[in-house]
Amino acid sequence: MKQSIFTIDYNIALTSDVYKMRLIGDTSDIKRPGEFVNIKLDGFYLRRPISVFDCDEEAVTIIYKVVGEGTEYMKTLEYGAQLDVLTGLGNGYDVDKCGDKVLLIGGGVGVPPMYYLAKKLLEAGKTVSMIMGFNKKEEIFAKEDFEALGVPTYVTTVDGSEGIKGFVTNAMDMVEYDCVCTCGPEPMLRAVYDASKTTGYYSFEERMGCGFGACMGCSCKTKYGNKRICKDGPVLVKEEIIW
Amino acid sequence: MVDTRVTLSGWTLDNPIIPASGTFGYGYEYAELYDINILGSFSFKGTTLEPRFGNPTPRIAETPNGMINSVGLQNPGIDAVISEELPKLRKCFNKKVVANIGGFAVEEFVKIVEKLDKEDIVGLHEVNISCPNLHKGGKNFGTDADAAYEVTKAVKKVATKPVYIKLTPNVTDIASIAKAVEEAGADGISLINTLLGMRINKRTRKPVIANKMGGFSGSAIFLVALRCVYQVYEAVNIPIIGMGGVSSAEDVIEMMMAGATAVEVGAYNLVNPYGSKEIVEDLPRVMEKYRIEQLSDIIGGAH
Repeated sequence: MKQSIFTIDYNIALTSDVYKMRLIGDTSDIKRPGEFVNIKLDGFYLRRPISVFDCDEEAVTIIYKVVGEGTEYMKTLEYGAQLDVLTGLGNGYDVDKCGDKVLLIGGGVGVPPMYYLAKKLLEAGKTVSMIMGFNKKEEIFAKEDFEALGVPTYVTTVDGSEGIKGFVTNAMDMVEYDCVCTCGPEPMLRAVYDASKTTGYYSFEERMGCGFGACMGCSCKTKYGNKRICKDGPVLVKEEIIW
Repeated sequence: MVDTRVTLSGWTLDNPIIPASGTFGYGYEYAELYDINILGSFSFKGTTLEPRFGNPTPRIAETPNGMINSVGLQNPGIDAVISEELPKLRKCFNKKVVANIGGFAVEEFVKIVEKLDKEDIVGLHEVNISCPNLHKGGKNFGTDADAAYEVTKAVKKVATKPVYIKLTPNVTDIASIAKAVEEAGADGISLINTLLGMRINKRTRKPVIANKMGGFSGSAIFLVALRCVYQVYEAVNIPIIGMGGVSSAEDVIEMMMAGATAVEVGAYNLVNPYGSKEIVEDLPRVMEKYRIEQLSDIIGGAH
């Protein structure tokens, strides 16, 4: 974990309530896809944990949804604004353990961490496919980013306004895979868990206090013992999950 | 050169800064971030006789200038703490710790203190009596002077190390509880534990926290904590460890002037992981600002 000051490069709307923010600063502690950063906002006591969408030597990019007062404020921040950010949080996805034909599944704002993971998996020479699930056409974002990587990308929408009608699980049979990596709302994770025939890595969300393992605010029970979503997670292996 | 040393019941600390229980784990998490030997000491995660998972999630809610938590004393239990956590801690901390303990029956407190009393690394016992007493219909030990007296008396019988009782502010008259534990033989008092609070999600019309209510902490509660420490200092003659919303060296000075000999830093560690270290480092500057040479001189200075 590292605490440092980042400068906003851009903060733009992707949909009516989803924003993309690029933060320039010291990214040296961001080691694995699936990690998150924890952002201090003026006037808010707790930091905002947001997953990493992309990362290179000079900047980290996040995609976040406006869901409350903190993110409502965050969307107003402009180019040049500085933010106190903790980086290198969470255990992320271990690319080496992810199999050779990896199916990525993201639901809503569970899509962003799949992008950095896709890049790292491709770098490691693995075959990657992506399924992204949304409620409706207007909510879709980041599809072109995955396509630019050359990743076969399937979109599902609940109302059928774009792509395959239904849930992400409706697209799973169209892909050959030996491992699933997924992030999204818990009901979606559960549906993927039931529908998948292979092992997999599931990224969970929980309200956090500190985000670095100190407060026990985000504990969960697993088959391998009690775990903290922020420190031992957010990525858990399929075999340890208790629903 | 200023002198930041303070003494708690014969135990001299290099400085009065003690990260509070529940915000600092068993220390080693923070030792990855900085050398925790810079601290006066720290109070480890509230430890109970049996392992506890704690309450369901969500356990955390944000408030203006603070937070509410309902962790529910998650800890691996006293035996695992002694066999696993304390050995890890010894590798990164060469000072003594404040052993924070919780219990749901008088006998539980006694058993834990008996075990921890033998550990060299323990400087003093900090007994959290803000727990429901299972033998008294779940009534909180800390809100009843007789129950507080009883648990203090029982623990004191088996302890050779100083016993500090940690008081809840969720009472009508905190001074009367303080007097009861002093009368029962407590060596000192720690206060305040969190204030009972809650938040409601206006979209779902339901409490944010799964357990509905939780402990309110953070800088928002500093002034309540200061008032409690001031009142208790007037009421008793034993040392006080003051805490509640402390987030700066300025707050430390103010808390000591109200009557605290040492000061715990809680929620602030969670939003600024380097918070306690920064307070220790800033203390000499703030002492000079207020022309304080010997920090211990200002204890209770506001009375």
